[in-house]
Amino acid sequence: MKKIFVICLFVVLPLLANAEGDEHLDKANVDLSNQKSLQNGARTFVNYCLSCHSARYMRYSRMAKDIGLSKKELKKDYMYAGNKVGETMTVAMTGAESKAYFGIKIPDLTVIARSRGPDWLYTYLRTFYTDSSRPWGVNNATFKDVGMPDVLWKLQGLQKAIFKTHKDAEGNAIKVITGYKTVVPGTMSKAEYDKTIHDLVNFLVYMGEPAKMVRYALGVKVLIFLAVFLVLAYALKKEFWKDVH
Amino acid sequence: MSNKMTEFMGWVDARFPATKMWEDHLSKYYAPKNFNFWYYFGSLALVVLVMQIVTGIFLTMNYKPDAGLAFASVEYIMRDVNWGWLIRYMHSTGASFFFIVIYLHMFRGLMYGSFRKPRELLWLLGMLIYVALMAEAFMGYLLPWGQMSYWGAQVIISLFGAIPVVGHDLALWIRGDFVISDVTLNRFFAFHVIAVPMILLGLVVAHVLALHEVGSNNPDGIEIKKNKDENGIPKDGIPFHPYYTVKDIVGVVVFLMFFSAVIFFAPEFGGWFMEKNNFIPANPLKTPPHIEPLWYFTPFYAILRSVPDKFFGVMAMGASIVVMFLLPWLDRGKVKSIRYRGGIYKTALALFIVSFITLGWLGTQPATPLLTDFARLFSIMYFAFFILMPWYTAIDKTKPVPERVTG
Repeated sequence: MKKIFVICLFVVLPLLANAEGDEHLDKANVDLSNQKSLQNGARTFVNYCLSCHSARYMRYSRMAKDIGLSKKELKKDYMYAGNKVGETMTVAMTGAESKAYFGIKIPDLTVIARSRGPDWLYTYLRTFYTDSSRPWGVNNATFKDVGMPDVLWKLQGLQKAIFKTHKDAEGNAIKVITGYKTVVPGTMSKAEYDKTIHDLVNFLVYMGEPAKMVRYALGVKVLIFLAVFLVLAYALKKEFWKDVH
Repeated sequence: MSNKMTEFMGWVDARFPATKMWEDHLSKYYAPKNFNFWYYFGSLALVVLVMQIVTGIFLTMNYKPDAGLAFASVEYIMRDVNWGWLIRYMHSTGASFFFIVIYLHMFRGLMYGSFRKPRELLWLLGMLIYVALMAEAFMGYLLPWGQMSYWGAQVIISLFGAIPVVGHDLALWIRGDFVISDVTLNRFFAFHVIAVPMILLGLVVAHVLALHEVGSNNPDGIEIKKNKDENGIPKDGIPFHPYYTVKDIVGVVVFLMFFSAVIFFAPEFGGWFMEKNNFIPANPLKTPPHIEPLWYFTPFYAILRSVPDKFFGVMAMGASIVVMFLLPWLDRGKVKSIRYRGGIYKTALALFIVSFITLGWLGTQPATPLLTDFARLFSIMYFAFFILMPWYTAIDKTKPVPERVTG
């Protein structure tokens, strides 16, 4: 019986493993222990994202505490909207306005890293390319026909996509992007830009779940406690069960 | 016990059966001495139930059942409430672990014939708990008011619309609106925090009372009450307290280690316990391309989708749960435990487990033609386990059952 069960499980498991067959995404390699990176990411976030996008569940004060900023630093380099430190990161633009300007209600970014995942964000923010058919002159390889303009273009520069057309099994022509070519250079090199996006994504992951900063360390302590408890509980059980066996 | 204490208990016992209850259910409730690994899951289910109620109370203190505030209040709990994240993860992980524990508990029943005479009512009460638990989980999942909360509820409630004549009105009555809305959220909140938990608690008490009336089954499927000593105590029985209380503490600690590992290191469990799309606030105007319920419902969801007709699909899904109630009367085997059954039942049970797990996986996948064919195959396997049971258990070659428990 047990053998049959185990064999069957092994038949089913490979099927389960194949379940995820997503498009190619670059690895973001998030590291929440790197405070410098989080601070850098927060700065990029408040400078470039936090005027259209809100983060309305994230408090400035909590952010400062978690990523190691003094109140003075926070106010000087991270707060522009006239908020108070105990407030959350809201923006002035309303949903109706954003609908008029961009055609959609601009999503709040507090937990975006939890729905999209860090790798998707890291890839998305690095794959804008020029496309004159789009209202903002750019398109995105990860999020086709996205409504967002290439906000970071001054840093990355503008890049052109290199397309290659091939035929699939049914003979339909499929256009795929094989690489990018810089048309207008930005203020950053590719490595610098990738680092900036890495830091930004790092920050977004932190913002998605601030508890992540403490839960791993606490988890280790809880498991050590339970392991000690287990030894005692087992010894107690053995002592009592002596007279049964 | 000191004199004063005895005196006090005498005073209480004259007015309330405290000592009697303690003895009937713990210190003089005789359980078979040969319980194995599979017998931990009853007490674990109780532990999880208590944990869900306690964490639920604390969540309720800060959660707001309002379509405009629900999503934000959950994030408020995750960020601004002291230890809110831990309480919420305990509750969300607890829901999935509840089903893991219950499924293993039910599987134990299937292996050792615990649903067989004289435990039919015990099984039925257990099945009612399972159904109540599904209702509880389904309504609880709407509360975070994310995309999957919203659209999952939309899909499941619209199923009632498939019932002829009254279907449409019934779905409308359940939702209280033409689509899932604030009205639905409010009533689901009421059901989730008061109505269903009360039913659950009542059923759990009835389940335990029924168990203690007939006595526990065991891995040998032998009635230990048939072999009693001169004092009327089963020879193969040991008092539940202290023997099984100390043993179950070990089980609880091991369980908590697995539970904590998930809470602290992988609370989303790769999207199986918390779906990515549920971190997007509910949007009634934007249907996600792929709607799937959480893992514990997916076997039934796969059965539903495998039937081409919506009404018959709903019927098949309902039947897949109803048929489990009938188990005590479907099994015609001469023995209870799998230890003394023949190869046919062992094979049937193995195929059933494979079909249940595979259907569970298929229910999470988009319904492509190939996968739908697979779902049909495994749905047939699922039902065959029950429908053919009266026949295959009757012809199965069984081994002789010993007089006394082994091991």
